[in-house]
This record gives sequence, structure tokens and C-alpha cells, in this order.
Amino acid sequence: MSVIYILWLREMKRYFRSRVQMVASLGQPILYLVVLGFGLGPVFQRAGNGNYLEFVAPGVIGMTVLFSSIFSGLGLLWDRQFGFLKETLVAPVPRLQIMIGRTLGGATVAVVQGLLVTIVCVIAGFRPVHLATLPLALGFMLLIATVFAGLGVAVGSSLQDMQGFQLIMNFMVMPLFFLSGALFPLDGLPKALAAATMVDPLSYGIDGMRAILLGHAHYGAMIDLEVMVVIAAAFIMLGAYRFSKIEI
Amino acid sequence: MIRVQNLVKTFGTFTAVDDVSFEVAEGEIFAFLGPNGAGKTTTIKMLTTLLNPTRGSIELDGLNPATNKNEARRRFGIVFQDPSLDGDLTAWENMEIHGVLYHVPHKVRHQRIETLLKQFELWDRRKDQVKKFSGGMKRRLEIARGFLHTPKILFLDEPTLGLDPQSRNQLWNHVKKVNETEQTTVFLTTHYMDEADRVAHRVGVIDHGKLVAVGTPAELKENTRTESLEEAFLALTGSSIRDESAGSADQMRQFAKMWSGGKR
Repeated sequence: MSVIYILWLREMKRYFRSRVQMVASLGQPILYLVVLGFGLGPVFQRAGNGNYLEFVAPGVIGMTVLFSSIFSGLGLLWDRQFGFLKETLVAPVPRLQIMIGRTLGGATVAVVQGLLVTIVCVIAGFRPVHLATLPLALGFMLLIATVFAGLGVAVGSSLQDMQGFQLIMNFMVMPLFFLSGALFPLDGLPKALAAATMVDPLSYGIDGMRAILLGHAHYGAMIDLEVMVVIAAAFIMLGAYRFSKIEI
Repeated sequence: MIRVQNLVKTFGTFTAVDDVSFEVAEGEIFAFLGPNGAGKTTTIKMLTTLLNPTRGSIELDGLNPATNKNEARRRFGIVFQDPSLDGDLTAWENMEIHGVLYHVPHKVRHQRIETLLKQFELWDRRKDQVKKFSGGMKRRLEIARGFLHTPKILFLDEPTLGLDPQSRNQLWNHVKKVNETEQTTVFLTTHYMDEADRVAHRVGVIDHGKLVAVGTPAELKENTRTESLEEAFLALTGSSIRDESAGSADQMRQFAKMWSGGKR
């Protein structure tokens, strides 16, 4: 446990010491919230879909957690480049513990980021149906963070250098975000798009948060929860497997 | 203490280490010398479980690292050629993580960290983030960290790279001290032949992945009819400059520099 804890603590210290990173990471969600929330709001309302800011807020929170968690997993590339990974890989501890410590750390940072964006959303006018449901939303944030931190570790373990980073951004992270239904309702989509959203794990995470925070969902909170738990377990195992195969 | 037999490492069609065999006795200081790209670091990576050999066998303190990785890892410490510290953490925190990873008990860990940081003259900066350290200070911290869990075998991959003469002198005095008092086996690589001549009991010379000579510094000089270890080294490996193509790590470093505006 002490190994997992010390590596989790490392991620926390790195995050809280990097004020610039904390502030910078809020920029994109705020932009989405303000520009889309207020910009598309009137159109959304005229179409009879209600308040767009209320709708998009869980999507923006999910986006924040997605980006933060997947980048924490990909942070493995930086540790590989700047040497710290070697220090952990030659240590007499199972790689699974190292991977879990890193993943939990990255997931926790992502949840903290998600909470900060939740506060920003509330300031912008977002109101959950019940404040008492916030801890449940936190649970969904943690699940999203675990899923994508695990995926990030799996991908980061498979890449040798940062040159694959842009590829991951363009062909994995952005499609995950845009196909999740973070910005649009999942009802009435063309079949191909609906199929794509169904295989995107983030769509279940965001749908779960909408179920908790707004009281309505596309798939239903229980299905969202079950799918996210299964995918989290699968990606953690995938990440652990890929991490165990790293050679430097 | 270290037994290597017919070790081979290939990367695609390139053979980095080619049928290398040698033994290092307990309490011995063994210098592993070679030109750039000769296969020194690849050999150390295999010895320290970072790379799996393509063929051949390794034994560390009677253990096979291929089948008994964690037990083997408990026996050695390593100072890498490239930096391996976390710049966002303080000197103390870097040491603390190392101590936890090597299961050093809390009280002993803190005593050892204090002793080593004082010994390597970093105690006053223990609460500073490592990214604010000079290159020499970072190197000293890495070396101090390598000693933290009192390993039976210490791998030093070009440990004095970037150190001033005072720090180099301090390092080798410390290495010799732990070698004598704790019978720590030391396996080192360096490009400073005078250092190898001064501290090593035996020397192995590798070139183009093959071990071309093993013996005491005096034996190598005698066999090559030269006056110094550097001359013996040149006699064994030739005087042509070796070109190393930039590895993926170097390319990535360039990329990171570009991203951070050259601040890293």
C-alpha cells in the first residue's frame, strides 16, 4: 500500500504545485461553457430542448475529466523521457502497484479538475436538481477518470515518444469527446452516429452525470453505472498489462 | 556476485551486445569501458532488468533476474546515465520515494536520507524543488539516492558526467568507502580513464557489442604495451570517432525543448 500511496501522493504534489497547469486547464472548459452554453442556448431553447447551459454543463465537466485523466496516463511519456520512469521500473515492487499508484493519482487529479469546473458551471448559472446528488456525480467523475487514466496508461505504455501524441489527440481523444453526446442530445441521431456514440465509454459517463444532476438520461443511470464499472475494470487491466511490458 | 554468460541483445537487425560473458566477484569494483554506442548502457539495462536479453543468462547474487525480478532488484542500486529525478519534487521527496520503493523502514529511511544529503552537501537544499538545482547538484542527489537502500551491488552508469572535479573526487571516495566497509560490489561505466584506473580493481572493454579485453588496469596496460589506461583503451578500440544516431529519447528531448520554448 505504501508504494501505491507514495506514487499517488507524487501526482497530487505535482498537480497542486503547478498553479499554471491548474488555471490553464480551466480555460478550455470555460470557453466551451460560455461560448456554447450562451451561444447555442437560444437555438436549443427554440427547438424545445430546454436550457442548453444546464444540458452542456455535465458534458463540459466530463470533458475536463476526460482530458485531465487521459493526459495523466500519457504523462508516462514524460516520465519515460525525463527519466523518472526508470527509477520506478527498477524498483523491487510489482509493476501493478506502480501502475495503480499512478492511475489513482491521475484519476484523483482529474476529479479535482472536474470539481473546479463544476464550481465554474454553478457560477455560470448551472443548477443541479438536488444538491444531495453531487456525491453521486462525483462517483461518475471518478469512474470516467479511472476509465481514461487506465486507457492513457495503456496508450502511454505502448508509445515510445511524444511524436505519437498528436495522433492520439486527433484520432482518439477528440473523437471520444465529440461522440460522447457532451454537446448534443443522443436522441434521434442518424444510425451510424448513434452506433458510434454507443461504443464511446464517455457517453455513458456523461449520461450518468446528466441522470444524477439533471434527473433525465438517455441510457439510464444503472446502465451507465454498469457499463462504466465494466469498462473501468477492462481498461485498468489493459493498462496494467501494457505497463508490465514496458522496456526502456 | 555478477555472472553474465553469452549475453546477446539485438534491436531488429542491429546487434547491440554480442555474446558477452564476464564475472564480477563480491566486493569488486569493475569498470566497464567502451566508446560511445559500444553497448555499455544496453548491458547495464539488461543487468538491471530494464531490458530483456535476446539470448544468454545473467546472475545477480545467485538470482536470475529473468525469473526472479523483484528479489534481484532488491540487491542492486543504480545511478543512471540520464537524469531520473522528478524535478517537481524536492530533494527530500525524491529520496523519500526511493526509500519507499525499496522498502526501507520509515525511521531508518529518514536517518539515511539525512546522512546522505549531508554527505553530498545537499542538506540545506532538501526542501527545494529539484528543477531549481544545478546539473552538478542533481547528479549528486542521484548518486546519494543510489546509496539509500544500501545495495549489495551498485551500478554506476557514467556517474561523474557533468560533475566538477571536487564532486567527482567526493563521489569516488564515497564509492571506495562503501566498497571497503560494506563489501558493496560496484559495476561502473565511465569515459574518464583516469578514474577507472584509480578506482577499479578490474576493467572490461567492450567495442561494437563485443567484449575485447578483461583484466586489471595494470594487465591491460601490460598487454597493450602502453603507459596509461587511456592508451590501452585506444589500442584496444582504435582511435576513430564513433557516430551514434540520435535515439528516440534524444529526439523526444528536442521535441520537448521545442514545446517548452527551450526552458527544459
